[in-house]
Amino acid sequence: MDAMAIVSIFVLAVFVGFEVVSKVSSTLHTPLMSGANAIHGVILVGAIIVADHSETNLELGLSLAAIVLATINMVGGFVVTDRMLEMFKGKKKGADK
Amino acid sequence: MNRTMYDLIGLAAGVCFILALKGLSHPKTARRGNLIGALGATVATLVLFVYNAPLNNLGWILGALAVGLIIGVPAARKVQMTQMPQLVALFNGVGGGAAALVAIVEYLNLGAEATTAEVIFTVFTVVVGCISFSGSIITFMKLQELMTTRPVVFPGGRFVIAATLAAVLGASGWVVVELGTTPLLVLAVLSLLFGILFVLPVGGADVPIVISLLNAFTGLTVAASGYVLDSTLLIIAGTLVGASGTILTRLMADAMGRSLFGTLFGAFTAKPQDVAAAGEERPVRSGSPDDVAILLNYARRVVIVPGFGLAVAQAQHTVRELADLMISKGIDVAYGIHPVAGRMPGHMNVLLAEANVPYDQLAEMDEVNPTFGQTDVAIVIGANDVVNPAAQTSPGCPIYGMPILEVSNAANVIFLKRSMRPGFAGIENELLYDPKTMLLFGDAKASLTKVVSALKSL
Repeated sequence: MDAMAIVSIFVLAVFVGFEVVSKVSSTLHTPLMSGANAIHGVILVGAIIVADHSETNLELGLSLAAIVLATINMVGGFVVTDRMLEMFKGKKKGADK
Repeated sequence: MNRTMYDLIGLAAGVCFILALKGLSHPKTARRGNLIGALGATVATLVLFVYNAPLNNLGWILGALAVGLIIGVPAARKVQMTQMPQLVALFNGVGGGAAALVAIVEYLNLGAEATTAEVIFTVFTVVVGCISFSGSIITFMKLQELMTTRPVVFPGGRFVIAATLAAVLGASGWVVVELGTTPLLVLAVLSLLFGILFVLPVGGADVPIVISLLNAFTGLTVAASGYVLDSTLLIIAGTLVGASGTILTRLMADAMGRSLFGTLFGAFTAKPQDVAAAGEERPVRSGSPDDVAILLNYARRVVIVPGFGLAVAQAQHTVRELADLMISKGIDVAYGIHPVAGRMPGHMNVLLAEANVPYDQLAEMDEVNPTFGQTDVAIVIGANDVVNPAAQTSPGCPIYGMPILEVSNAANVIFLKRSMRPGFAGIENELLYDPKTMLLFGDAKASLTKVVSALKSL
């Protein structure tokens, strides 16, 4: 890929990243961290790509380990974030009681 | 499927991640935001199987995915609310480890064909990924209390850490010049070591900030591996997490009133604590549930200060029962929520929300602090560091400078504690010995249940 295009993508993504979380109440710090944590689990895509073109057993073994770790990160991350956020809803239920 | 289609789907996944972070920043849209993120990640993964079909080693890949699912999903589903922070730390660590492994495999695969830029990005990913991995494991062990939660400082520590850092940089240069497997292995080992040394001196109360920082680190490694693997999606996703994680780390540090620098390097400069004085037996005033109930019955305003002990005892429903009972007696009740009470920012909000505590009863620190002067009773349930006056009065103690809930201004203070053990940061709390303080020992839930029944019978 063209180096300039990559730099542009990088710089723009930095600003978007700054912008989207600049105003967030401390209540949501934990779920937000957890959600962002799940998003970087998308390294799973990278792990599958390297597993696909692994040539030696060593390469394959390492990339399979990467797939296991990345899957734990991604899937576990989204599930645990959802569980945290589940606690926030249900205020209406409480009012009905 | 052609490349354009594949790239477009990747772009769509990137947009999903932006929307996910945006959604997670607001209480109303948070849950949907998380689901959008999950959708983006799933689509990005599935499309690979179609675009590269048939994948080499498909059976192995599917097997590894299944193993990851079998480990990750139950862990995330079954974890107790109290253990959530360490699980997030662990997930972050394995993500960093995965990024480092991906970089290593790609490096082995490219061999001598690698361009200098690719090697540099590989080195970056390996270094930061390994630091994130071993550092997160240490934070996990601290939070799980598998090791001491106090800052671990040893003589000459800062020279060891500086020397390790220098060695990491040297090995990085070696990898770029030599392009061999051995230098890369050395680099990985040194980076793992540096990650451990980097987190060891961090004190218990500052651990959440470090988790957030390591989270941002992992994001950057994902972005760097995106460059090596020629994947725009990884660059976008990784950079987003890196940038938002950095901001989030700063927001958290601000909420705790600490500079990021002080958090990370404060332990090096902090003097060892005066432990001798803490060893003495000093008198404390302990009371019975009936004493507490009487005190509450004649109060006009009560502030409840929850901490980690409430989470451990799973007493959130009982505390709500107590609050409702007091309100029915015409007592003005508020919860004073310290932003970092518990083990993570927002921990208490999550916990009390589970017990359906009305949102308007939760008061943030800045709101509640000026009102302690008019408060008759402050009930501190399983919290310690966040109400410890040492943060204001004793320079040099690890939590000095952290804003606290000024419960000492209330007319009476009740501590519900398991024992006289100091809090997570390991610092003695003078307030426990104050004459206006009453201690009720025992499990928070059991104690609260007794107080509730005593109050009912009054």
